[in-house]
Amino acid sequence: MSLLSKAREAIICLKAGKVTLPYPAQPHAPAPNFRGRPIFDAAKCIGCAGCANNCPAREILIFDPCQEIRVLHYLGRRCTYCGRCADVCPEKAITMSQDFETATDKIGDLSQHLELFMSTCQRCGRCFKESSPLEQLKLKGYRCDDLEHEHVIFRSQSYLKDAPVVDDINIELD
Amino acid sequence: MFKSLCQKMFGRSLWVYHANSGGCNGCDIEVLNVLTPYYDAERFGIKLVGSPRHADVMLCQGPALRATAQALRRAYDAMPAPKLVFAIGSCACGGGIWHDTYAVLGPVEKVVPVNFYIPGCPPRPEAIIYGVAVAVGLVDKKVAPVTFKQLELPIPRYHPSDLHGQDELVVYEKSETL
Repeated sequence: MSLLSKAREAIICLKAGKVTLPYPAQPHAPAPNFRGRPIFDAAKCIGCAGCANNCPAREILIFDPCQEIRVLHYLGRRCTYCGRCADVCPEKAITMSQDFETATDKIGDLSQHLELFMSTCQRCGRCFKESSPLEQLKLKGYRCDDLEHEHVIFRSQSYLKDAPVVDDINIELD
Repeated sequence: MFKSLCQKMFGRSLWVYHANSGGCNGCDIEVLNVLTPYYDAERFGIKLVGSPRHADVMLCQGPALRATAQALRRAYDAMPAPKLVFAIGSCACGGGIWHDTYAVLGPVEKVVPVNFYIPGCPPRPEAIIYGVAVAVGLVDKKVAPVTFKQLELPIPRYHPSDLHGQDELVVYEKSETL
């Protein structure tokens, strides 16, 4: 009886065959709707910082050293691949790639650093008004995130310079 | 050199200890998924052990919390000497979404030295296998930092050598090309 049951087990096992994935030897493509590492296209990016304002992990840092240059630094270390940056990007400069093989021994390997040229506006001078007062407060002025310590600073630079930020907003909205 | 040393030390098998210091269990499920017959990490000699004293590798999931940082450090100290630490998931690599809250100290590298990072939220089981294969030396790592710099700023006043006078006008030489 026990021999029969063993034989039955052996038949079941043989019927199942080999299910193990030969993964590192052969590539295994993820599902088509899989979101991997976001890729930033510097040629398309206009530097609007919408991705930095929408990142839930706060890991896209914006630093404006001067009027014409905006530094966009994507850390990649705490990215949850939620795809909100790609959703909000008006120029579709961010694409969620299918790249999941991102294991590394240095965390800095995952970063992407863009230094963008920002041309100054020489049109009418009237800016578009933001929809809500909260967004008006959030987006005013230059961003000055701490690139060394990887901190997002959700303020305009005028806070640091002890300038009245209210006037700053009025100047930009008028 | 580090890789060859690694291969020499951990050539036969890696016994992993699975330390969750306050994650959401997403990465735990993926790590346990790696040990199932479908992904079958035991063909690389990876075996899950229950105590850090038996382990070569510690798989850290979740950020270092105020409450668990000390326990994580003690678990690391309890491991025998040639030891590796893998940070699995974006919480362990960089602190996760709540990296700046009260309870979270930050990534696990603030508490224990991390050798390999496997980002993802959670990382796919293939990504974890890939990280182990990178550590053992079966495959090479693929990622590299990307830097883009605007080499020449297309603003006339930044390039005074290209400006020259022409009939009361100042002409910028490169203005056609820009």
